[in-house]
Amino acid sequence: MSLKRALLAVSAMVSVASTAAYAETLTIATVNNGDMIRMQGYTDDFTEKTGHTVEWVTLEENVLRQRVTTDITTKGGQFDIMTIGMYETPIWGANGWLVPLDGLSAEYDVDDILPAMRGGLSHEGTLYAAPFYGESSMVMYRTDLMEAAGLEMPAAPTWEFIREAAAAMTDRGNDINGVCLRGKAGWGEGGAFITVTGNSFGARWFDEDWNAQFDQPEWKAALEFFIGMMNEYGPPGYATNGFNENLSLFQQGKCGMWIDATVAASFVTNPNDSTVADKVGFALAPDTGLGKRSNWLWAWALAIPAGTQKADAAKEFIEWATSKDYIELVAANEGWANVPPGARTSLYANPEYQKVPFAQMTLDSINAADPTDPTVKPVPYVGIQFVAIPEFAGIATEVSQEFSAAYAGQQSVDEALAKAQALTNDAMEAAGYR
Amino acid sequence: MARAITPRRKILTSGLAWAIGILLFFPIYWTILTSFKTEAQAINDPPLFFFFDWTLENYAVVQDRSDYMRFLWNSVIIAGGSTLLGILVAVPAAWSMAFVPSKRTKDILLWMLSTKMLPAVGVLYPISLIFVEFNLLDTRIGLVVVLMLINLPIIVWMLYTYFKEIPGEILEAARMDGAGLREEILYVLTPMAIPGIASTILLNFILAWNEAFWTLNLTAAGAAPLTAFIASYSSPEGLFFAKLSAASTMAIAPILILGWFSQKQLVRGLTFGAVK
Repeated sequence: MSLKRALLAVSAMVSVASTAAYAETLTIATVNNGDMIRMQGYTDDFTEKTGHTVEWVTLEENVLRQRVTTDITTKGGQFDIMTIGMYETPIWGANGWLVPLDGLSAEYDVDDILPAMRGGLSHEGTLYAAPFYGESSMVMYRTDLMEAAGLEMPAAPTWEFIREAAAAMTDRGNDINGVCLRGKAGWGEGGAFITVTGNSFGARWFDEDWNAQFDQPEWKAALEFFIGMMNEYGPPGYATNGFNENLSLFQQGKCGMWIDATVAASFVTNPNDSTVADKVGFALAPDTGLGKRSNWLWAWALAIPAGTQKADAAKEFIEWATSKDYIELVAANEGWANVPPGARTSLYANPEYQKVPFAQMTLDSINAADPTDPTVKPVPYVGIQFVAIPEFAGIATEVSQEFSAAYAGQQSVDEALAKAQALTNDAMEAAGYR
Repeated sequence: MARAITPRRKILTSGLAWAIGILLFFPIYWTILTSFKTEAQAINDPPLFFFFDWTLENYAVVQDRSDYMRFLWNSVIIAGGSTLLGILVAVPAAWSMAFVPSKRTKDILLWMLSTKMLPAVGVLYPISLIFVEFNLLDTRIGLVVVLMLINLPIIVWMLYTYFKEIPGEILEAARMDGAGLREEILYVLTPMAIPGIASTILLNFILAWNEAFWTLNLTAAGAAPLTAFIASYSSPEGLFFAKLSAASTMAIAPILILGWFSQKQLVRGLTFGAVK
């Protein structure tokens, strides 16, 4: 009996020792978004299941990009997992900077990832990052103001209707702006918005030979429409408004319509923060009848940098954080409206999730976005609100600065387009595309 | 003879001084005030100045989410270490420039200052590669060295200015009495320059405490100071102003308290030699 006990004790000690030897501490770089912060709160569940512990490094979005780019290119090895977006993933994957996410377990069910997300996070068919949450963009509007204006929002409106509705809903006396849109400089802020607006007007960044296209009439039409509408029915100073500024205006009841990320739906319908939570309707992003809508596609995704020594443990974390089980864990504790959206097909088949008011419109918006065919005319690039080449972030930031100056009335549309054309062609020539 | 100051002039000068003081303090006041609001109140239009339901919720959230003491300790070590190391290097340098200048001393001083004109991001990659090579990433010692180097021109310049006010004859007398170089600097020069050295230490401690480029780019989880703590509360999608304000208030509180208690020393040091 005592020998049996001794053997049991020894085997228990060996198993504890082997678990302890295997247990790793993962360092994860991430952004301060609601879903990411929520995930940090559930880290204990991961530790319980795997024995691995996690250290979080939360950074502002632009700092995070700079930080992880420096780390990956200097082989700093500071992070085992990085939160990156749909823009970086295919570029970094192609450079060999990321560990391919192949060999994921059958239980993980990689085929359940929404096809648009999987495509945008892959390079040549290999998945390099798993979507934690995904988003498109859509129209969020005040149902009460729309009704008072005697209008009905179609499920798939045109830009002309948006302008007409904005005119009808604007009430300067009561501080209500018909429409709130991003004008802030930055490729991921106003740059993203005007790019998708351009897509719906038939504009494109480059022709098939990588020549800039800002000298074409489609860009002029898109910019003149945007500026004309915003000057008349938008909030004052819209040239410096980004996501958060418009969110705060909408939540305070100062916007009739807001066209922006689908993830905003959960904020504007949250009665704790929003004064108009029970008066919000949703519709697809507008078009001009040319066959392309002005909606984007984006995902915050988890990837493993090639320099890490803990790739296996990192993969275990990614499987845990982007799994169906994680979604159910959040739903059980905080309700279905708070689960990370836009990543898995099965979520939208779930009858409980279908009851969430913005669920179907989010899925429809994501499905309406095709990064491989983003514009009316053919293009040599992949990406809807961005062009998936390394030079794009720098070029688009400068272009959006020129556009923002035009929104603010500091220069004309023609001047802004001429500068955008010149600086884009110069940069592309220097990079060897032309 | 001193010029007579009319009561009207006195009121005007005081009023102007108060106006500038309030203008400078307003961002800090607004940050502290916002930290006691809800996220909805923080973005309220018109802004809420005093009459709102004060809440400590943001501080509770920040305490719950972040290990404040770890960030604080890193800040103290990095700011304190870099300042002290800088003083150790700069005192002999400033001594030689002030008391045994060469033909090129002025040029060297200007060259040192010109290094401050280089944007930090211009040397991000070289510094990062050096850190990778010497295994210094995410270490406090690495940041102590980098921040010391960044602030060294300012430390040398400040000490040089203070030392120039001290008559060289006093040091010469000490030398004639048999003092070596070490004794001359330690027991003669340093006691006379204490106000200047103290204000240099305080100013550089504040500069190192607030440095937010290298401390964000060269740290991860281990050596991150309070600048990284603040940066973690900015959000691209979602309202964050109230929580960010709470984090900022917690980050600036120690330096505000330090500045408050040492303001006499700081002003005395900064105006040292201004009136002859």
